[in-house]
Amino acid sequence: MKRVGFALISLFLLSLTIFVFVRVTGDPAVLLAEPGASTDDLAAIRQQFGLDQPLWVQYGSFLAHLGRGDFGQSFYYRTDVFELYRSRLPYSLLLASVAMLFSLVIGIPTGVIAAVRVNGWWDSAGKLFALLGLSLPSFWVGLLMILFFSVYLGWLPSSGSGTAAHVLMPAFALGWYFAAAHMRLTRSSMLEVLGSEYVKLARIKGLPEALVIAKHALKNALIPVLTLAGINLVLMINVAIVVETVFAWPGIGRLLYEGIAFRDFPIVQAIVLLGGAMIVVVNLLVDVLYAVIDPRIRYER
Amino acid sequence: MNGSAANASPSRAAALTLAWRYASFRSEGFPVLPVLIIVVFVLTALFANVLAPHNPEVGTLGDRFHPPAWQDGGTGEHLLGTDHLGRDVLSRLIFGARVSLVVGFMAVIFAGILGTVLGILSGYLGGWVDQVIMRITDAWLALPALTFAIFLAAIVGPSAMNIVIILAAVYWTRYARVVRGEVLSLKEREFVRLAIVAGCSKRTIMRRHILPNVLNSTIVLATLMLGVVIVTEASLSFLGVGVPPPQPAWGLMLADGKKGLMAGYWWLTVLPGTCIMLLVLAANLLGDWLRVKLDPQLRQL
Amino acid sequence: MKLLEVRNLSTHYVSSRGTRVTRAVDDVSLAVDEGETLGIVGESGSGKTTLALSLLRLLPPAARNVGGEIWFEGEDLLRISNAEMRRVRGKRIAMILQDPLASLNPLFTVGDQVAEPIRVHEGASRGSAWDRARELLRAVRIAAPEARVREYPHQLSGGMRQRVVGAIAISCGPRLLIADEPTTSLDLTIQAQYLRLLRDLQRDHGLAMIFITHNLGIVAKMCGHVAVMYAGRLVEAGPVARIFSSPAHPYTQALLESIPRMSDGRQRLTAIDGQPPDPVALPPGCAFHPRCPKVMDRCRVEAPPEFRVAEAQVSRCWLSG
Repeated sequence: MKRVGFALISLFLLSLTIFVFVRVTGDPAVLLAEPGASTDDLAAIRQQFGLDQPLWVQYGSFLAHLGRGDFGQSFYYRTDVFELYRSRLPYSLLLASVAMLFSLVIGIPTGVIAAVRVNGWWDSAGKLFALLGLSLPSFWVGLLMILFFSVYLGWLPSSGSGTAAHVLMPAFALGWYFAAAHMRLTRSSMLEVLGSEYVKLARIKGLPEALVIAKHALKNALIPVLTLAGINLVLMINVAIVVETVFAWPGIGRLLYEGIAFRDFPIVQAIVLLGGAMIVVVNLLVDVLYAVIDPRIRYER
Repeated sequence: MNGSAANASPSRAAALTLAWRYASFRSEGFPVLPVLIIVVFVLTALFANVLAPHNPEVGTLGDRFHPPAWQDGGTGEHLLGTDHLGRDVLSRLIFGARVSLVVGFMAVIFAGILGTVLGILSGYLGGWVDQVIMRITDAWLALPALTFAIFLAAIVGPSAMNIVIILAAVYWTRYARVVRGEVLSLKEREFVRLAIVAGCSKRTIMRRHILPNVLNSTIVLATLMLGVVIVTEASLSFLGVGVPPPQPAWGLMLADGKKGLMAGYWWLTVLPGTCIMLLVLAANLLGDWLRVKLDPQLRQL
Repeated sequence: MKLLEVRNLSTHYVSSRGTRVTRAVDDVSLAVDEGETLGIVGESGSGKTTLALSLLRLLPPAARNVGGEIWFEGEDLLRISNAEMRRVRGKRIAMILQDPLASLNPLFTVGDQVAEPIRVHEGASRGSAWDRARELLRAVRIAAPEARVREYPHQLSGGMRQRVVGAIAISCGPRLLIADEPTTSLDLTIQAQYLRLLRDLQRDHGLAMIFITHNLGIVAKMCGHVAVMYAGRLVEAGPVARIFSSPAHPYTQALLESIPRMSDGRQRLTAIDGQPPDPVALPPGCAFHPRCPKVMDRCRVEAPPEFRVAEAQVSRCWLSG
């Protein structure tokens, strides 16, 4: 349970960091007030947020607000930020899920084949793919896809959500990078497993190669990959901002963009906080889940 | 593969193998192409004033949206076309190289210094110093880099220097983690123990013995980070919180280019993106090669 | 007819650019009768494991069989198809590896792994294969096999794991068992038990065994014949009693002498001078000559062939020629 403790500390530090940055740099009242506020408004803000009180008192009330789920009010939308977040989250989840699916469907088999036919043609092509995936910024891929599929071919819609066609391009652009990462990990994990003694023994037993790979090698090799995938899913939700902006996909990322564009600070702060918190929690969950998949850890207690 | 190539004429096979060697990354050879690319970009950035045919920040509105010279409607005046304000794309690309490289290098260096120093302190001194630094690192690593950078940018406002500081603040944690790990294992090595026995002060040990050995990893990490930092900076600029206009940054050009995308003004999107891609690709390839060359233990990265 | 007859087997490792050739197994010939135990002795790097893997055609991709024949029950294993070889593995020739924890897949139960070859080779149903698995666990003297069958490898002790590996090996009734240093990873107290188990299994099932080890004591206890390997070549072979009492090759002599004996009046331990050669850069002539106390000029230049020293004993040394 030490891990839970560490996770809590991380969450705590996260909120502290956010808090510190906001309070310390420049005049926090400007940030917390709407754009174009007058000096009177600023004074009122200071009163309201207790900015003249000692820092630790401020932090206390900050945490108290967070605990109640009160992330402030959005200037632009005039609603509770948390509500806004909740309403947009499903879209991001959808996008990330499809992107993850795509990345696994492409990444895992490619990685497996690359490992099984190591140093062959497929492996070299895979390495090239991995390199491209890691080097091309996802939003550029998105832009190119729009150019190609929307402008030139006119097949797919370039923005908005609503039908399956709408989600294809953003999911591809988002999943592209992760497909490469997953492929790389699958390949190296598979290679390691294929060189292991138990795979050797499986061959010694006279098992057909297909069985050796599918049963013995794959299950072991996929453990780290699926772990990474779990962590990446949450990461995807949070880094989708650029892709969502390019495709005007109404998710969390787009919300963040609007927050910056409209100088709507509560939104920005909330998304950053929640994003970080999400990742910490998911990391913890994955650690726990690991114990379920791998019987070694399960029995070690 | 070599066998079948040998059946073709020997000179063609040799040429093919040579080309494949240069482009591929399974050879141990010096990565000529990536280094060449980086050098070209660096030179371009250095001599931007001389190389750029036009002023990158000012354009004539009458010359808007000229396509590149080889297409209909293009002119020899603007080899790569003009953007929505009539500014010359080629000049903007050239000066954009300067921005990307300067920001990229500086951010990587600052992050590297900060991260390495903290990593060494954390790893070597242990105790509560280690705990504090590690907890902060964990918490900050939980935040996706882009989100964190956006948050910071929203607070301090956009400017080139601010971006460097922000990127350094976001990415130092990557260095700290790796360096700390290295230091932990270095601490157990003979020569460190000898130095302790000989009565060297902690500071001396850290400086003379630990630092040089950690530099290898730092350099490799720095090259790999360069690509990531450039992409992040481009993303930030694309979203409008990076380098402020009218300064030419590739990310900004992509944002502007998006406006013309539906009308088919492809060069405003494809060209800046290609520059980003080439630079990042080159940095990644170089980093990979360095990693293999300098420290095989880092294969995990 | 002998059960297994290897003639002039050579296996080389080729580096990826085709430049470096390592002669891991060089012109090795040996034979094993039904029910007999052959020990293969050598230092690390002598090629003994590569030899074992060559017999099963399970070499890593960098290795290549470059010559020789492996006659097993009337077939040359090097000439049969991949599919047929697969049917030989596990069913007619079985192998035990050194590290039992690494040999067993951590994600599958013991029962699953023992039943697996039975299901693949004999097409048995899941139920009957698991029944056989329980019997096999009993045969290798694992207590409470019904419970053990559902357990995972890491839940068993080292000795038990190696027994499971043994059960897997005999599951389909092979005629030949290759044991590659099976007791090296086990505690000393368990080693003797395990060796006894192997001997009993051999007797009960009429197995022939090839026992690979660097421990001459085990050879003395378990084997009827022994073959000594050095730098990929067979330097001496013959019945254990003969080899131990009158070794012909200087390497064998040195090996035997380096075993410390209580009865010895000697104060110092004798080791063999020098290091085993780097397989990539073998010395010319006889590979042992840099370390040989009886080296002659001829040894430095020409590699000796096998000479017949006695009825069943061969030695690759100019002294025996």
